[in-house]
Amino acid sequence: MSHPTYEPIVDATGAVHAPHGGAPLLQVRDLQVEFMTNTGPVQAVRGANLTVYPGQSVAIVGESGSGKSTTAHAVIDLLPGTGKVTGGSIVFDGKDITHASAKEMVEVRGRQIGLVPQDPMSNLNPVWKIGFQVKEALKANGIATGKDADRRVAELLAEAGLPDAERRANQYPHEFSGGMRQRALIAIGLAARPKLLIADEPTSALDVTVQRVILDHLEGLTQQLGTAVLFITHDLGLAAERAEHLVVMYRGQVVESGPSRKILADPQHPYTQRLVAAAPSLASRRIQSAKERGVESTELLATTGGEGARRSDEVVKVENLTKVFQIRGNRPGQTTEFKAVDDVSFSIKRGTTTALVGESGSGKSTVANIVLNLLDPTEGKVYFDGTDLSTLDAKELFTFRRRVQPIFQNPYGSLDPMYSIYRTIEEPLRVHKVGDRKSREKRVRELLDMVALPASTMRRFPAELSGGQRQRIAIARALALEPEVIVCDEAVSALDVLVQAQILTLLNDLQAELGLSYLFITHDLAVVRQIADEVCVMKTGQVVEAATTDEVFDNPRQPYTRELLAAIPGARLEVFGEGIEDLPA
Amino acid sequence: MAWYVGRRFLQLIPVFLGATLLIYAMVFLLPGDPILALGGDRGISDALAERLRERYNLDKPFLVQYLLYLKGIFSLDFGITFSGEEVIEVMKRVFPVTFQLAVMALLFEGVFGIGFGLLAGLRKGKLFDSTALVVSLIVIAVPTFVIGFVMQFVVGVKLGWLPPTVGSDVNFKTLLMPAIVLGAVSFAYVLRLTRTSVAENLTADYVRTATAKGVSRARVINVHVLRNSLIPVVTFLGADLGSLMAGAIITEGIFNINGVGGTLYRAIIQGQAPTVVSLTTVLVIVYILSNLLVDLLYAVLDPRIRYA
Amino acid sequence: MPETPTRPDQQHFFAQLDETPVGVVDSVDESAAPASVWKDAWHQLRRRPMFWVATLLIAVIVVVALFPQWFTSVDPKACDLSNSSLPPSAGHPFGFNFQGCDIYARTIYGARPSVTVGVLTTVVVVLIGAVVGAIAGFYGKWFDSILSRVTDIFFAIPFVLAAIVIMSVLYNQRGILTVVIVLGVFGWPQIARITRGAVLSVKNSDFVTAAKALGASRASTLVRHIMPNSAAPIIVYATVALGTFIVAEATLSFLGIGLPQSVVSWGGDISDAQRRLRANPVELFYPAAALALTVLSFIMMGDVVRDALDPKARKR
Repeated sequence: MSHPTYEPIVDATGAVHAPHGGAPLLQVRDLQVEFMTNTGPVQAVRGANLTVYPGQSVAIVGESGSGKSTTAHAVIDLLPGTGKVTGGSIVFDGKDITHASAKEMVEVRGRQIGLVPQDPMSNLNPVWKIGFQVKEALKANGIATGKDADRRVAELLAEAGLPDAERRANQYPHEFSGGMRQRALIAIGLAARPKLLIADEPTSALDVTVQRVILDHLEGLTQQLGTAVLFITHDLGLAAERAEHLVVMYRGQVVESGPSRKILADPQHPYTQRLVAAAPSLASRRIQSAKERGVESTELLATTGGEGARRSDEVVKVENLTKVFQIRGNRPGQTTEFKAVDDVSFSIKRGTTTALVGESGSGKSTVANIVLNLLDPTEGKVYFDGTDLSTLDAKELFTFRRRVQPIFQNPYGSLDPMYSIYRTIEEPLRVHKVGDRKSREKRVRELLDMVALPASTMRRFPAELSGGQRQRIAIARALALEPEVIVCDEAVSALDVLVQAQILTLLNDLQAELGLSYLFITHDLAVVRQIADEVCVMKTGQVVEAATTDEVFDNPRQPYTRELLAAIPGARLEVFGEGIEDLPA
Repeated sequence: MAWYVGRRFLQLIPVFLGATLLIYAMVFLLPGDPILALGGDRGISDALAERLRERYNLDKPFLVQYLLYLKGIFSLDFGITFSGEEVIEVMKRVFPVTFQLAVMALLFEGVFGIGFGLLAGLRKGKLFDSTALVVSLIVIAVPTFVIGFVMQFVVGVKLGWLPPTVGSDVNFKTLLMPAIVLGAVSFAYVLRLTRTSVAENLTADYVRTATAKGVSRARVINVHVLRNSLIPVVTFLGADLGSLMAGAIITEGIFNINGVGGTLYRAIIQGQAPTVVSLTTVLVIVYILSNLLVDLLYAVLDPRIRYA
Repeated sequence: MPETPTRPDQQHFFAQLDETPVGVVDSVDESAAPASVWKDAWHQLRRRPMFWVATLLIAVIVVVALFPQWFTSVDPKACDLSNSSLPPSAGHPFGFNFQGCDIYARTIYGARPSVTVGVLTTVVVVLIGAVVGAIAGFYGKWFDSILSRVTDIFFAIPFVLAAIVIMSVLYNQRGILTVVIVLGVFGWPQIARITRGAVLSVKNSDFVTAAKALGASRASTLVRHIMPNSAAPIIVYATVALGTFIVAEATLSFLGIGLPQSVVSWGGDISDAQRRLRANPVELFYPAAALALTVLSFIMMGDVVRDALDPKARKR
């Protein structure tokens, strides 16, 4: 027996109004949140102001450390560890809940305010069935019990978009895919029909196409139920697309807020301006827009190939690459075959960037590992500068490794935590016995300079550096042996937007300076628009479409490519008609 | 899941063979010629000694003895002690006593270890937690036999609350103090393990999600935290049964219990190879079975394992 | 979608720049001192009182073990039956035991064998266990299967039994070395398991793959990258294990198969004293207390070291 708690009022002109004469549902005034750390108290949120009206969707946008998640969690008193609200007020539905008792908060949670958390895997208890966990939400809020509850569970899961809901309710979280788990979490969040739903980066852990489907569904559902939604996200494009009101946070403070369209079109605060300029989804829209109007966009990092004669020799050529993995089954001796890469062919022209785009399971990382010679292909060949890699003996292979180097996705795993930065960058030189100690030190300084880091960084350790800084170290290490090709395996995917923009610019500059060729692996088509010359779209191990970036964006031929393009957050925004030259670059 | 358990079982077969072989080899190294010892001061004639040796297979080379022994196990024939009694009869007498002792110790360490560990984990950093930690440290630091003697002296003799020795009077009351002594060190480990597990799981993401649903704190702890925290603890407890039975040798000595430990000790001193090997083999089997049980329990508790 | 009119408190707002300064993107903090993993751990360790207590205790015990003559001038083996079970007196603060030996002197001199057994066994156990565990974890497949089974076999054999058997064989050569061998032979599987686990979890890190992509050999990667990153759990366990080995030695003495009578040891003294517990509990108390304190200090140290090395406790 679902009953929306708020019925949106639609007047004669078709405009939608909030009921109840427009009293705000959630009002956060001057919120201060403090955490105790080893080195003393840290202010995570410093005077945040935020209002959400019934039925409205609001997004808090910011990078890591902005305090956006902390603010949202403070609303339902779910601050982790030593966090506490030290000032300000939180008023929900007319009632001040800033210092509500534990008992009162239990009443509010679930029934009045629901939460859809970020990481679907870690947010579901692995030992209980999905149905049990949804039912728990119903029982805890007095909605239904017993057989009634079971029925309702199946209804809720179906409502959240889970097919075959009754059977699925009897399964465990690890049997679900990421998208399915997120849908289960949405069902849990909305189970008790709360007035406000807090969605904390609800889709950042998912594939792009799945993201779009889930967010569309969520939008439909919350509109139907009249639930207000508070989105937390780092993606400005997504925020603008899904929310009518934006709040931009930076280092614990609200630096700008207002209607989404207005903020995107006319950002006033320098930080917001930077975000608008750097967000790949928005940047790619602007580049496309510029192209449509026949203007060369200043945001394009990749130099288009139309500048006349350039060396077009292929530094890497991949031919009919196939990789089949043997997966051990339950029975001894029983193995199933899994074809990760299926007849993939492409080439990288010297001095350019070729992007391999695909979602998870597309095989793009496997291809990268084969090109790096970390994996042997089952069939097919990889040619490096004309030489077939499979013909190299151990010694030649060792020398070959100098010419191709990787940069990995996770900045927190790609540097040995026990090594100082100097040792990390020096290692390639040491392994290949290049120079002596003095010349190596000189080279390390040179490399640090190339990646715009001060020389004093040499003595530091990874734990002291941020994600972006670590990636720059990883780049410096990759450059140590003067390679010709760098394989960037999701190298910027784990970084904040502004840092991402910085690293992409750095990579681009280095390419121009050193004549590097990049194989850029990513799931983010928007980033591809900015940096790649050629694109290969991969799906379940096969290359679905391969062309120049311009062609793929202007004229996508395959339905999957079109799906990917449509899935870029902000694709539906029609903000950028005029005045695009006025936007800060 | 059947395959998971099956595979584990297959893996344990070489362990069984390896362990029994190793034990057999070790016992084989025991000095002295037991047959001559049998004769005592009077000595025995060579002919008689020869016949006895043949009877007990002692004249055959090592590997043959071992294989004959294995054959015997599978037909439940564990041989004869040098005094003529069937080893299996000896086992039937002493095994249940030690088993009962070990189970009581397991219950003690399980119930109190988990109980206190849970409280300590929930109140991490506070007085109860610090106290529990210190107490557990002390229990581990003081040797078991010291705890045994002191308890026997204080509780059994001075205060007289419980009988200080067991002897032939084997029942719950007499075994209570020995069981506590036997399980003391493991109790400390279980407490610490539970405490760490609980403290870790309290900050887990899914606990936050459960709280966000509006579930009461008590239920969150019971249904989510406890359930997940118990997985490593139960694993430890299951494996502990085997080591309790083997480690009871000291407790049995202190409290005068006629169990596997005491019998084993005497047999080693007397060089009674068949008895030693048989009793040890049974202990090894208990260890292997309890490991299998633990693996099974693990699959029951953690659904992710079932499909691995 | 139809536009709602903007509500008054949701108009376009932006903060003043001087109130919300925007920093350079991703700048390096040059002022902070560099800190390696060990340095970080040390900072954590320094702040815990339990660390200092444990350090003090261990320091005292080590000094007593190395230089017992600084603490007493009485010969622990000079036993005069006419002093049997006498109460404390001047120069003999703990009194005498049944055989007429000075309890205080015996307690002081008992430190050395116990600590030596603990330290030596730990060294042996870590050497064997870490190597076995590292090979099993890193090279995997057959190595792992075989080594894991071997480890299982050693776990399956009851420790006490094996100790009794081996010591019975070596009865005439009993000494510190034999005790170390017995304890060591059965103590390594646990370290092997821990090492294997640590190696497995580090093996798939990106920095290991990066080393491979450089052309570093497998063995060099194991030694230079994986082992240093697996050291933490080994260190923690080894510290605690040191304590438990000291207890184990006492247990062996109790069973009559520990250090011989010619060596003054806590285990031996406790073993003798327990027979006369009723008559003279003091005889048991002092060596037992000394033993417990020693073991306690090592276990406490293991605890605080584990907390300090816990990656979750560190900043990032």
